[in-house]
Amino acid sequence: MSANLSATFYLVSGILFILALRGLSSPETSRRGNYFGIAGMAIAIIVTFLSVGNFSSGFIYVLAFLIIGGSIGAFIAFRIPMTAMPELVAGFHSLVGLAAVFVAISAFLKPEAFNLGVIGNIKIASLIEMSLGVAIGAITFSGSIIAFLKLRGIMSGAPITFKGQHFINLFLGLGIILLIFYLCKTQSSNTFWTIVAISFFLGVLLIIPIGGADMPVVISMLNSYSGWAAAGIGFTLENTALIITGALVGSSGAILSYIMCKGMNRSFFNVILGGWGATDQATSSQSKEQKPTKSGNADDAAFLMKNASSVIIVPGYGMAVAQAQHALREMVDALKKSGVKVSYAIHPVAGRMPGHMNVLLAEANVPYDEVFELEEINNDFANCDVAYVIGANDVTNPVAKTDPQSPIFGMPVLDVEKSKSVLFVKRSLSPGYAGIDNDLFYRDNTLMLFADAKKMTEEIVKSL
Amino acid sequence: MEIDPFIFRLSIFILSIFVGYYVVWSVTPSLHTPLMSVTNAISSVIIVGAIIAALASNSNKIFEISSIFGFLAIILAAVNIFGGFLVTQRMLQMYKKKKK
Repeated sequence: MSANLSATFYLVSGILFILALRGLSSPETSRRGNYFGIAGMAIAIIVTFLSVGNFSSGFIYVLAFLIIGGSIGAFIAFRIPMTAMPELVAGFHSLVGLAAVFVAISAFLKPEAFNLGVIGNIKIASLIEMSLGVAIGAITFSGSIIAFLKLRGIMSGAPITFKGQHFINLFLGLGIILLIFYLCKTQSSNTFWTIVAISFFLGVLLIIPIGGADMPVVISMLNSYSGWAAAGIGFTLENTALIITGALVGSSGAILSYIMCKGMNRSFFNVILGGWGATDQATSSQSKEQKPTKSGNADDAAFLMKNASSVIIVPGYGMAVAQAQHALREMVDALKKSGVKVSYAIHPVAGRMPGHMNVLLAEANVPYDEVFELEEINNDFANCDVAYVIGANDVTNPVAKTDPQSPIFGMPVLDVEKSKSVLFVKRSLSPGYAGIDNDLFYRDNTLMLFADAKKMTEEIVKSL
Repeated sequence: MEIDPFIFRLSIFILSIFVGYYVVWSVTPSLHTPLMSVTNAISSVIIVGAIIAALASNSNKIFEISSIFGFLAIILAAVNIFGGFLVTQRMLQMYKKKKK
């Protein structure tokens, strides 16, 4: 296949990828969008086979490895519980990063296969592109592994900070850039390997200071990195499909990071410099000694909600941990039967990744047109009888609106306290991930339901 | 003077960033998780590089060091392609409208 023809087909697959993302503008078109994406990928792979045109025994191995990897991927895709999506996505990011590293290494070791020159005399532009690709890929890989371990709970979600951390990161980052210049001058393979090694190390250092509650930003950021790594390799291989995709994924991840940061009213740098939640908020929660709270049981909650005319459900990460989404949906069904209007309110940073709560509710067969974003529903709390807060905490804290001293001041929150009564399902009065006390617990119109989210919801269903 | 092909690729890259910017802003927030999994799947188009790397060697020596890296990258990218698209499909299947 001629180079021009294959370049045209790569362009087609790039366009199909754009359409795949475009489809996600509404759930109705999203499934068709996914087929566009699959078609784009199939075209890219087939065109690559045809343009290499090497159907020797190596080709059999390529197919075999493709099938092995594909089966592993398919197995994971069908088996993974929806609550584990954040870990899965982090894991997948690490694979993209590592694949980018491997392709770049291969290109460095055998540049003639990619028309980049010969060993010891690789084109300067290609060297820059491939070393940028390899560096970003390696950072994506090791950073995603850390994110994966934190999300999976294998590693503590607490930020790991030490003195001079940011200077070390800056130093390593500058070091990589200097080494790339050096590599262009010397073409030395040792320099190349050093870049790879430092980048792996930097990926780890970049993610360890970021706390568990900031994981939505981290995942989006790594998503973005994986795109830039792909684009870097795309430039090296002079491949349009890879360049287009890399740009799409890179900007997608960047936008998601921005949305997540805005959801917490924090700057991007504030998040990546990390350390939030481990600071001195512990002292402020000690100063607030025992304040009176009202607590109730499932029957009280059932009574309140049955006699309400409208109920808003506020789910958070705790719902995912307790796997309470199915019980929740049963409760809502029972309420709807007795004529209560029920809707769901989702904060942009609820859960551990963008849109996490929406997927869990969809899994429990909650129709997506009953689920609303913060801006759409926030005014409705004033007219609602009961707000049922299940597994959310910081995103409902009125302190964000009133106390300029609070670390979450200015963060957009759900105006839960404006509803006539608030049912707050929580295991204890412990503060949320931001490490601050929630004022809502002590309000007159709040009834605390101290229990596991799933158990409490099931009990409410029973007494309904 | 002839224009360096690099400039053309750079143009494609920058225009794609703009396309990505506008397309992604129009994605509904409730589909942000599928957005991440599908971007994950499509970024594995890096497999084209892996295939070229794997098939670069001449047929009498299939596994030399550079092609081994290519084969490893094929496995990783394939996990991502199949896993990414299928898990996206599985999620999108669950989004349903209210009955009636």
